[in-house]
Amino acid sequence: MTPQLRRRFYSAALIIGFFVFWELVCIAFGIKDIVLPRPSEILATLWQRLPAIWPHALQTLYSTLVGFALGILLGVFLGALIGSSKLAYDVAYPLLIGFSSIPKVAVVPIFVLWFGAGTIPAVLTAMILCVFPIVVNIATGLATTEPELEDVMRALKATRFEILTNVGLPRTMPYFFASLKVAVTQAFVGTVIAETVASNRGIGNLMMIASSSFDVPLVFAGLLVLGVLGVALYIIFSFIEVRVTGWALRKDEFAMG
Amino acid sequence: MMHAPIPEMPAAHAHVDDAFVELQKVTHSYGRGEKQVHALDATDLRIEKGDFIALVGPSGCGKSTILKLVTGLISASSGAVLVAGREVGAEPVRVGMAFQNPTLLPWLTLRDNVMLPLKIVPPFRQEYRAKRKGEFRDRIDALLAQVGLSGFADKYPWQLSGGMLQRASLCRALVHEPQLLMLDEPFGALDQFTREELWAIMQDLWITRRPTVLLVTHDLKEAAYLANRICVMQARPGRIIEESVVAFARPRTIAMSYDPDFVTLTQRLRELIMNARPGKTADKSGKESVQ
Repeated sequence: MTPQLRRRFYSAALIIGFFVFWELVCIAFGIKDIVLPRPSEILATLWQRLPAIWPHALQTLYSTLVGFALGILLGVFLGALIGSSKLAYDVAYPLLIGFSSIPKVAVVPIFVLWFGAGTIPAVLTAMILCVFPIVVNIATGLATTEPELEDVMRALKATRFEILTNVGLPRTMPYFFASLKVAVTQAFVGTVIAETVASNRGIGNLMMIASSSFDVPLVFAGLLVLGVLGVALYIIFSFIEVRVTGWALRKDEFAMG
Repeated sequence: MMHAPIPEMPAAHAHVDDAFVELQKVTHSYGRGEKQVHALDATDLRIEKGDFIALVGPSGCGKSTILKLVTGLISASSGAVLVAGREVGAEPVRVGMAFQNPTLLPWLTLRDNVMLPLKIVPPFRQEYRAKRKGEFRDRIDALLAQVGLSGFADKYPWQLSGGMLQRASLCRALVHEPQLLMLDEPFGALDQFTREELWAIMQDLWITRRPTVLLVTHDLKEAAYLANRICVMQARPGRIIEESVVAFARPRTIAMSYDPDFVTLTQRLRELIMNARPGKTADKSGKESVQ
């Protein structure tokens, strides 16, 4: 067994073990499903009520991905702006820190005030939550580009734009993808928060309604759906990351093309 | 094996008007106020087209500063830097540059790294899309083969040794057929044997292509082996204190470096530099102001 295979095996074993432990604890102590349902109950609920859960899951995924896409656009733009010069970086950084330390839950009511309840606040909250890691990482990546690499380009009389596209942005890619993995999970958080507060659709709303009617297994089924979606998106972006920025990880898979 | 020193290109030195690179009373200072460092003091330098000049001197004498001034990476505090008769930066001269670090882009293969100047520099950039996978590719593979890197074109920088990266870096400096080649201690971080091998390669490249070369080095043997003329510099403030013409026949060989005339030359340069160091005895005081 290769070390990599062994690591994966142990990871899988830990996840399964976690759920088995949960199941056993619930049985051993006779915990009622209104407090903590057993994993088997949750799965059964998920399976039985999938037709009802499915549209909500799609709604949440849709809001998250749109918010995430907008977050990438805005984040890359702002990051490139701030990272373009040392001065811009130093000047803009304090404001950025100020904005990013505002609890994002607090802005949901404002979005609702402006756009009404529904999809738009969810999308915007997702965007707001995922934009900061992207901005900070892009700006840091650009601002820390080795001066020697820029000298190579400047000696060739390259324009600023050519330096940005040939050196700055490629060098920033590892930072960018590292931030995407954080950002995509953050986008989920944003969507669910907004759906919980002000929406009539989405997993957040589903869980809200389920908990108010003490349908605890359904609440946990919603949680499971969120977990699976989050992990799936994380895996997708990790996969793209290795493909695109393998040079930074010195992966041979990358060198093979 | 004795090689009689043969004076080289006396005609070229006679043409004073033919200067390709010219520094006129150039000074350069880093920083401001009390922290100001006077890196270069009223320096004059003329380099003819196709010449090979080496700049040697103690650390902090402004060797790299001259290089950066001629490349236009920094601008002079006073005086004029002329390339091909025009103010630096305005001239349509192709410049190649190689540094002590290979500075290859880690996300590109060796071939794509060497391709970079062709993507940026006119007139190649206009044809880049059309010839990228044909003529340019073949040219780069031939160049890589010339420096002993055939078969490595598709490797990434982190898969290769320091010597190989430095060879690739030289290829990148030469691929766009620069009229002006700037070498900032390009062999400094290599082992003795690799270095001597690269000297020979560098000499071949110079003889076949005849760019105007400005080489900054700490290695006096390297300077004497490669250059037509060696400028010795002094530190704090940096300026050129002596120029010596190297008259050995080309192509030069490593065996030549044991020739008494060669040894006498490097010995004399060594003494000049020892005396030109700031504080002379203070061994560790010389911190290079430009890196």
